[in-house]
Amino acid sequence: MLAMLFRRLGLGAITVWLVSVIIFLGVEMLPGDACTAFLEREAKGKLLENCREDLGLNRPALMRYTEWAKGAVQGDLGVSAKGQKPISELVGYRLRNTLLLASGAILAGIPLALFLGVVSALWRDRPVDIVVSTLAIFAMTIPEFVSATLLILVFSVWLGWVPGIVLTPANAPLVEFFPEVLLPITVLTLVMTAHILRTVRSSVIEALASDYAQMARLKGVPYWQMVFRHVLPNALLPAINVIALTIAWLLGGVVVIETVFNYPGLGRMMIDSISDRDLPVTQAIALIIATVYVGVNLAADILTLLANPRLRTMHIRKG
Amino acid sequence: MTPSTTFQRPSHIARLGTVFVDIIVRPSGAIGLTLVIAHLVLALIAPFVVPYDFTEMNATLVMAPPSSLHWLGTDHLGRDTLTRTLMGGREAILVTGIATPLAVMWGGLVGIFFGLAGGKLDEVLMRIVDAFLSLPWILKMLVLIVTFGTGIEVLIPTLAFFYGIPVIRIARAATHDVVARDFVQAARARGHSKMTIIRQELLPNVRDALLVEGAMRWSWMLLAFSSLSFLGFGVSPPTPDWGLMIADARGFMSFSPLGVLAPMVGLSSLIIGINLTADALAKALGIDRAQKAPV
Repeated sequence: MLAMLFRRLGLGAITVWLVSVIIFLGVEMLPGDACTAFLEREAKGKLLENCREDLGLNRPALMRYTEWAKGAVQGDLGVSAKGQKPISELVGYRLRNTLLLASGAILAGIPLALFLGVVSALWRDRPVDIVVSTLAIFAMTIPEFVSATLLILVFSVWLGWVPGIVLTPANAPLVEFFPEVLLPITVLTLVMTAHILRTVRSSVIEALASDYAQMARLKGVPYWQMVFRHVLPNALLPAINVIALTIAWLLGGVVVIETVFNYPGLGRMMIDSISDRDLPVTQAIALIIATVYVGVNLAADILTLLANPRLRTMHIRKG
Repeated sequence: MTPSTTFQRPSHIARLGTVFVDIIVRPSGAIGLTLVIAHLVLALIAPFVVPYDFTEMNATLVMAPPSSLHWLGTDHLGRDTLTRTLMGGREAILVTGIATPLAVMWGGLVGIFFGLAGGKLDEVLMRIVDAFLSLPWILKMLVLIVTFGTGIEVLIPTLAFFYGIPVIRIARAATHDVVARDFVQAARARGHSKMTIIRQELLPNVRDALLVEGAMRWSWMLLAFSSLSFLGFGVSPPTPDWGLMIADARGFMSFSPLGVLAPMVGLSSLIIGINLTADALAKALGIDRAQKAPV
């Protein structure tokens, strides 16, 4: 058990390290560097050389990578090329805002998805299932920028209920983001709910058809007791992993939604930094998002391991 | 039951026919396939049936409401919305239509090969795949696009490369299911080379999973492609493209909502059509896709 935990942790750490290498190499590939971006048209001759000297860009790539990685581990993400500000300072509020968006969607989406998933599985192929499943396909497949634009059109342009564009500055207190944050949260919730509910539905259906569910019915367990005692605990366990994947995906997928709503989060900052060629910022954000992704998946793995007695004793049975 | 009858393998064409029938008898499959085919046909014939030139501007008719001349009104430059909507899927279908098979092929072959080979190399490869998957798609795409530009010749390889990576996983998992079976063991015992085993034993068995995966990848690629256009990193104006049209018309949607609604319907109907078809295809081939992760 403990060995398995450590193995997972180790794999997670290796993944994050690989990601950092990929990010570093990817950004190295970009034409120009922090200095050409900073100096813009004056980026030539002595000025460029001096700037590269100052930022240490003329040293070998391996050395710069080691230094960057060492700093990142200690929470120092480097200095932005544009504003010459520490990146941890710039990213702080943005990360908080994105987390506000994500946690809103998680709090609304997960209970909704579990409920709808179970309901549509129990009443499989009945009207309620057909409606829920069809809506889920719509919510899942339509690009976020389409559903976001549609919601803005309906709820803020036509009905005028909520603002369609976020105008609050990044460092405002969280309270000021209401009610502007409601529409972005709704879009995120829609997509997330659809993904999770489809998994929940199919794993509940699978559990309902299983031998132990049949057995429980045959020995006279009432239907609802069978559902709650035998089917759901078994069926919802695999959902943990999908929820984790969805949450992880959500942190990356917010990029488009944040852009549509002009929301001052990490995703929009990433797009801006790429357009501005602010490479240190791009690197930092990519690393943060990837670390969150790996972390959430790791947490789900461990949670499944802890919650599932069969996995816990697997090594014993394997001998 | 007569135990002595030998099982006659149906021909490929007969099997394709059965799968096709199996898709269109399901309501979702029938609707999905109709949408997809309609879009493909439209993409081919659009230049010949649209009422206007997609670049033709009319300064006197800017953001005009629907009329008998312009059925869906005009956009902020006085261009006919109907024309641009009908033409708006061509670039997307062309790019993703080439990139999807490429992605499935390279991802599939790599996945099958390492699924069969196993061992340390396979372990290392999976770590790299995991690392790639843990980066948001848009970041990976943008880095390449910002580096090399936004033309078709960049978008196709970029999409094919990144969307092949998750295919590696699917192909590897499907291969693992097959490798342990008797006929692969038998082929190994006969001393067949890896290539022969892949061609004769693995590919026919993994093909179905790859087919379904390809259909799903197509819809995700379309999503990525149009999102990139929307964000201004995809096709460049004045090419009519749904993502770009929505981005352009968004600022004026209180005056002319049709400017955003028309391309939305175009894009959504194609993506939903592909998804419904993929779902029906998965069911017809007996592949469970529901557990697949949204990456």
